[in-house]
Amino acid sequence: MTITRANLHLATGDSERRAGARHQPPGDHVERNPGLPLDLDLVLAQHVNKSAAERRASTIPTRRTVKKQWQAAWQLRAITLIDLTTLSGDDTPGNVRRLCAKAMHPLRADLLKALGAESLHVTTGAVCVYHALVPTAVDALKGSNIPVAAVSTGFPAGLSPFATRLAEVRESVAAGAKEIDIVITRAHVLTGDWNALYDEVQRFREACGSAHMKAILATGDLATLTNVARASMVAMMAGADFIKTSTGKETVNATLPVSLVMVRMIRDYFERTGYAVGYKPAGGIRSAKNALEYLYLIKEELGDRWLRPDLFRFGASGLLTDIERQLEHFTTGRYAAAHRQPMV
Amino acid sequence: MNTPPSVSDIFASMDYGPSPESDKPALAWIAAHNGSFGHFIHGAWTKPKATFNVHNPATATVIAKVSQGSAADVDAAVAAARKALPAWRAMSGHQRATHLYALARAMQRNARLFAVLETIDNGKSIRETRDIDIPLVARHFYHHAGWAQLLETEFPGHTGAGVVGQIIPWNFPLLMLAWKVAPALAAGCTIVLKPAEFTPLTALAFAEIAAEAGLPAGVLNLLTGDGATGAALVDHKGVDKLAFTGSTDVGRIIRKATAGSGKKLSLELGGKSPFIVFEDADLDSVVEGVVDAIWFNQGQVCCAGSRLLMQEGIAERLVDKLRARMEKLRVGSPLDKAVDMGAIVAPVQLERIAALVEQGKQEGSECWQPSWAVPTKGSFYPPTLFTNVAPSATIAQVEIFGPVLVSMTFRTPDEAVALANNTPFGLAASVWSDNINLALDIAPKIKAGVVWVNCTNLFDAAAGFGGYRESGYGREGGREGMWEYLKPSAPLRAPAKVAAAKTKGKAVVAAKSRVVSHVSVGVDRTSKLFIGGKQARPDSGYSLPVKGFAGAVIGEVGEGSRKDIRNAVEAARGAAGSWARASGHNRAQILYYIAENLSARAAEFGARIRTMTGGDGAAEVEASIHRLFTYAAWADKWDGQVHQTPIRGVTLAMNEPLGVVGIAAPAASPLLGWLSYVAPAIACGNTVVTIPSESHPLAVTDFYQVLETSDVPAGVVNIVTGRTDELAKTLAEHDDVDAIWFSGSRAGVTACELASIGNMKQTWCEWTPRDWADPAQGEGRAFLRHATQVKNIWIPYGE
Repeated sequence: MTITRANLHLATGDSERRAGARHQPPGDHVERNPGLPLDLDLVLAQHVNKSAAERRASTIPTRRTVKKQWQAAWQLRAITLIDLTTLSGDDTPGNVRRLCAKAMHPLRADLLKALGAESLHVTTGAVCVYHALVPTAVDALKGSNIPVAAVSTGFPAGLSPFATRLAEVRESVAAGAKEIDIVITRAHVLTGDWNALYDEVQRFREACGSAHMKAILATGDLATLTNVARASMVAMMAGADFIKTSTGKETVNATLPVSLVMVRMIRDYFERTGYAVGYKPAGGIRSAKNALEYLYLIKEELGDRWLRPDLFRFGASGLLTDIERQLEHFTTGRYAAAHRQPMV
Repeated sequence: MNTPPSVSDIFASMDYGPSPESDKPALAWIAAHNGSFGHFIHGAWTKPKATFNVHNPATATVIAKVSQGSAADVDAAVAAARKALPAWRAMSGHQRATHLYALARAMQRNARLFAVLETIDNGKSIRETRDIDIPLVARHFYHHAGWAQLLETEFPGHTGAGVVGQIIPWNFPLLMLAWKVAPALAAGCTIVLKPAEFTPLTALAFAEIAAEAGLPAGVLNLLTGDGATGAALVDHKGVDKLAFTGSTDVGRIIRKATAGSGKKLSLELGGKSPFIVFEDADLDSVVEGVVDAIWFNQGQVCCAGSRLLMQEGIAERLVDKLRARMEKLRVGSPLDKAVDMGAIVAPVQLERIAALVEQGKQEGSECWQPSWAVPTKGSFYPPTLFTNVAPSATIAQVEIFGPVLVSMTFRTPDEAVALANNTPFGLAASVWSDNINLALDIAPKIKAGVVWVNCTNLFDAAAGFGGYRESGYGREGGREGMWEYLKPSAPLRAPAKVAAAKTKGKAVVAAKSRVVSHVSVGVDRTSKLFIGGKQARPDSGYSLPVKGFAGAVIGEVGEGSRKDIRNAVEAARGAAGSWARASGHNRAQILYYIAENLSARAAEFGARIRTMTGGDGAAEVEASIHRLFTYAAWADKWDGQVHQTPIRGVTLAMNEPLGVVGIAAPAASPLLGWLSYVAPAIACGNTVVTIPSESHPLAVTDFYQVLETSDVPAGVVNIVTGRTDELAKTLAEHDDVDAIWFSGSRAGVTACELASIGNMKQTWCEWTPRDWADPAQGEGRAFLRHATQVKNIWIPYGE
């Protein structure tokens, strides 16, 4: 016998009704998350079974894959989701300008042409720097619409005086940063002081004003997936526009299991409030293959809408070069070399 | 779609595209055999004959032809296995280990060929064959290379069971082959294996690759064919042991066909496994657990978590999450590396699934399927969820063997257990809770051979797999699985006749005087039945005379009937729960106390035995006290194991009692023989309904006074005297008896084994008499293994 849609009992109407009872995926314009009063019951209700979460995360890369032009298109999309980042003590205006140039023209013209992607105007999602380099980046990116993100609030440890951290946010915004990546006080999570965490993040959000705030949880410092889940929830309640895994300076940075937990919290928050919060894994994502695994995770757990730069970013630098090499391989059929891509 | 989408199109849509695994190498392998296969017997292919088609269920195309095995083919294969047996069995464990190691390596070298071949033959996704089936196959051979190496030291006094016939199903063709073949080879058995009619190809490839890897000719023989070929193998006189995985219906047929044959038998049958979700579980992880439970291999998994039991408070949320997840599942060409579900094995199975779903709807359950449609070519069925399902619904009871989940709710942990156990099956269960106290309380209460805590469908060669109840008996994997392919090196033997004759003269004198004294005592002592801790008159109102060895009537016992058996089983069932929960120490104390009280009356029991049998009654009483001590000793020492499975966690192999055991004691050694069964059974936490020696029952009817004075809880030991074969058959038929142990005539063995098929109870029936006085035959670990079944509880951990 053959199965057709007609002879199956397809409860499509039912499905639509249920989806409606929650929230339709966000439209083109994402309304900023205004936050919620701290709901401690909801925070403490979060607990994650680590082994089960790891099992799911481990099959994300084995259950999904894209090949040929699908792979190329997904890699192109990944470029648009990169916060092209430099966060080094030896950053100077010179290397930041170079970074910004790369952000505006991430792919060689011949590659774009071969991919038929010239009209897509592919740029990275943002450029991410320390506060001191914000003016340089803003200047270098003038006219490009690429936002500048600044890491802030005593990055990476977040342990400088609170007033200083708030002032740092305001100064970066004043200097032209459109996105502020704040770090939380890990001690608040480790001691279960959710009130303190909520207050801190909420104050940062106020200081950000119109700039979008990404809350870095430094998940590598948080010890358990349950802590990651609870901290995610508190950060969103406190008004984070994005939640982000890591500074890139912890021993363990973005991983798929941690990402799984955080995006499930984003989904839960969206289903409860209708506000879509973005996600940014950062640190350690260096290969195109690894980047696509994150995109499978997002597509599966959150849906396609979260595959756009207003709701998803990679915090990465070396990733772009690997994507360039993979795209060159796609267009030429030959394996590519890094030195043939214009350097970051 | 005529023109493929451009990079720009996909950049906008972010759709998945096709990502096919090539089937060319697998098709080339088939083509190298001209697309047509014979059987693989004694290291060579037979000429293809009476062939039938093998289909790719995803494309509905014929991919090969294989031969229908005839009775003559079965003869030839069994003869080849028989011929190869002496040399294979005589090899050192180490030599066999090198062969198994070579097979494991060969599996890994040809991993992708096997994965693709399995996918085009069975329809399961390449992700599963590549990541799950084939790696587990290699793992199974590695693990059992280890058992071969360790056989002499870890299983002393045992040898391979002989020529084994193995019949495997179509849902995990190569993995089930590995589960059957690896332990058999390790134990020193030679094999005739029949793969399923729908899915013979990987088995054929395995036979060829095994031969290339140096497996001696005749050690592994492979026959293709349908049920008729299987039946010929089951009936073949040259087969010493049969192992079957498949439906409970066919398992029943095999038990019936082998009744009284003396063939060793292990059966891994169907299931309707519960998937229990408590309100404190991590629900997002639960959803993925459900995906792995029922949408793994299209739900064609004997241990599929097919009954979702949800605590009422979280049911609605969980169902919402499940539906959202189901929308995201991808069904399509199983060779596509990005699908979650492939094809159903054959159109006939697809029809069965569709019919059961239809029936579920008609019986009032609510059916939900995702909005997308499955491919119309090939055998595909969408993931399906039923809600509002009553336990009485057909779909809640029968094994659907498809991607169909039925769900219901419970209020309390006790109700969850009751619902979970409300099934004739007992293969597996999943328990989801983040409360360790709750999860570890529930796991032992579920009647199932495997319990996964916060996980599901995990398998490993180091852990036993197999069922309770109508899901079969025997285990595959781990130490417990090796026993299925081993037998004691020394055959059973009856007590030496010479010795019996020697004592006879003396006994006659002693016994005679006892007979007289019995008659001369003025106060009558009526032997009754002993049921539920009370002496009971037989329902029939009749008695049977008991003769002494000298021929005179020395007493009478009640003639037990069906109704007495019914009452006794009821009493035993009533006592089973609390007796199983009693501590080993507690059970030991009671066994010691029984021994103590028997010892106090040793002279009386010795005389009674002498009167009945003419044998050395004092020695038998002494041996009985010894036996009671043995099992009192074991009661708190029959430990389980922690298996080394590749998870961060523990896999507990727990020895659990069977429940209610029916025991028909041997005619000879009337007290010792009876106790040799009863003591291990109750030491392990079973309750028993016993039929004492038909000819010499009085020592056991006297014994209830010992039980009464030894704190044995009512119902733990029940005694029904009467005609053994008749009562044993009633016990064997009883659906609330979990095992039947019988020592008697071959006709009685046959009758018990035949009668056992009602609820597929375990049988341990022997017609070869044992020398009960010899501890090597009359006691020990073999008895404890029979008295327990291994439950493997998987507990991953980590915070």
